[in-house]
Amino acid sequence: MANALLKPMRVAFGETLLELGAEIPNLVVLDADISSSLHTFHFAQQYPNRHINFGVAEQNMMISAAGLATTGLIPIACTYATFATMRACEQIRSFICYANLNVKIAASHGGIEVGWDGPTHQATEDIAITRAMPNMTVVSPADAIAASALLRQVIQHQGPVYFRMGRNPVPILYDKNQPFSIGKSIRLHNGVHLTLVATGVMVSIGLEVVERLAQHGIQAGLIDMHTIKPIDQDAIIEAAQQTPLIATLEDHNIVGGLGAAVAEILSEACPRRILRFGVPDVFSESGNPKDLFRKLGMDAESITHRIMQSIALNPELRG
Amino acid sequence: MKIFIHRTRICLDKRLYCATIKLSDKRLRNRTSPPKSMKHNPETILSLQRIAKRIRIESVRMIANAGSGHPGGSLSEADILAALYFHVMRIDPKNPAWEDRDRFILSKGHACAGLYATLALRGFFPIEQLATFRCCGSILQGHPDMKKTPGVEMTAGPLGNGLGAGVGMALGARITGKTFRVFVLIGDGDAQEGCTWEAAMLAGHQKLNHLICIYDYNRSQVDGRTDEIVSLHPVEEKWLAMNWDVRKIYGHDFTQILDAFVWSCQPRQKPAVIIAYTIKGKGVSFMEDNAAWHGKAPNKEQLEWALKELAEEEN
Ligand SMILES: Cc1ncc(C[n+]2csc(CCOP(=O)(O)OP(=O)(O)O)c2C)c(N)n1
Ligand SMILES: [Mg+2]
Repeated sequence: MANALLKPMRVAFGETLLELGAEIPNLVVLDADISSSLHTFHFAQQYPNRHINFGVAEQNMMISAAGLATTGLIPIACTYATFATMRACEQIRSFICYANLNVKIAASHGGIEVGWDGPTHQATEDIAITRAMPNMTVVSPADAIAASALLRQVIQHQGPVYFRMGRNPVPILYDKNQPFSIGKSIRLHNGVHLTLVATGVMVSIGLEVVERLAQHGIQAGLIDMHTIKPIDQDAIIEAAQQTPLIATLEDHNIVGGLGAAVAEILSEACPRRILRFGVPDVFSESGNPKDLFRKLGMDAESITHRIMQSIALNPELRG
Repeated sequence: MKIFIHRTRICLDKRLYCATIKLSDKRLRNRTSPPKSMKHNPETILSLQRIAKRIRIESVRMIANAGSGHPGGSLSEADILAALYFHVMRIDPKNPAWEDRDRFILSKGHACAGLYATLALRGFFPIEQLATFRCCGSILQGHPDMKKTPGVEMTAGPLGNGLGAGVGMALGARITGKTFRVFVLIGDGDAQEGCTWEAAMLAGHQKLNHLICIYDYNRSQVDGRTDEIVSLHPVEEKWLAMNWDVRKIYGHDFTQILDAFVWSCQPRQKPAVIIAYTIKGKGVSFMEDNAAWHGKAPNKEQLEWALKELAEEEN
């Protein structure tokens, strides 16, 4: 892990979009003045008549995406997660989801991993918002390979999709041949004492937590929940049957996100103790993401510590 | 399938920028045709020029120190900020919550390095704080946070919101019988957001004559030139159509800036907008009119070069 190759998901996104441009003639890319950040400029240069820059006008971009979709095109609207899901929230909800139009929303800068730009640019509600919209599919890849493979599926998928990426370089976790399919999670480790269910950039942190716990004789399982909606219920219930403790890991508010989704399923199907790791319902701040993660208990060390504490305090979890 | 979409041009290639003819100060001056100037004390002008230079130096330095931030927009607004905070606005740095103070809102919140440098120089907080910009625990967030920074009147960062916040403050002043003035600095990319024009329409309708908007017209945004992405032209007519009084200036000439503020603060029936033709990155040759420097920190060498140019630039 320590020497893993690093690559930002948005770079893989831009590269794959360029490939898809050649393969899918009705794919159109929409930007709102940050094509340099989303790496959509490759596509824009190659396919100028299938690229539209709306300027700083996310609401108009999103509602126009709905209009474009009615003409048989597949629009992919690209911006930061805050602006996509909050500035243009109603356009997505009432005109893309309600109308069930084939629009893809690609967002980078999901989570406090954004760091220096601060809370206005750190989306910690976007999963909760998009997850609450009927007809929506919510996808959150963990590395550059997953971003590329899942993007291909997203474009093939019929209906609205919210595709969430981070800002910074993240370790490459997957082999190029790893199969991905929307709605089907990936099991990275089998556990005895607990199972970690992670999404996005938290999957690589989950891997580190697994290693750290192993040093203390605790065997943790790990699931990459790259699709948050529709969520892989079977995998979650199976994990709860195998291990007495479930921990969810997300770079998002613990309210309404992955942790909430997992808790909703287990409370009905297989009640288990759940630890939710993520942003503890606060606004973060500007700073190095490493510092912010530590401050909010989202780094591998803090997560490991809290899990061990919980196991120590609850004899039934010792297995 | 037939694909029928309007071709839109984008301008990302750095080489394209290098090839673009830089708009010279002179050409801009000619475009703005100022009405005959008032007499301003030459010492005032000189002192404001010195302050603007300090604002630029501190802005570039703090962005380099943080390793991220937005130099282009911070440099284009520096002269306007110097005039506002050191000449025009009725404020008391020792009492930032003074009820009757004039308000300033930076709608283009990304350019907050310029605002923080101005506030520090004006005495709202110690200048040493600038070194903590964008660090964990700092009062100086990556985008303005009104709860953390003395002197920051409104949180900002998501574009298009500053003018609406200013409308709210101006309405509040009217309802509470106050006479403070509300200044809002907006960017041209910022003005592509629809809510800017919702606010402009309401301000015109409500005749908010204590609301003054400064339009930082550097014709540049993240992806390149506004004229190539979504043109704002003709700007003057847009504001006139929203029932505003309009004045055009060259935003780096203190005589014109002060003239415009005297004009904007005269008794009037409408809100006033000052369209300031500016140069993004003004004062640092390699940043000037170059969108590549919208949101990038200079490295050590570039910083030294920039500081040298700024120090030499004798107005
Ligand atoms: C709602 C929103 N969309 C996108 C962004 C990302 N962004 C930051 S600055 C910027 C361009 C701003 O251009 P302008 O207002 O002209 O600023 P200036 O040229 O003065 O730096 C963009 C698109 C944002 N901050 N807010
Ligand atoms: Mg601009």
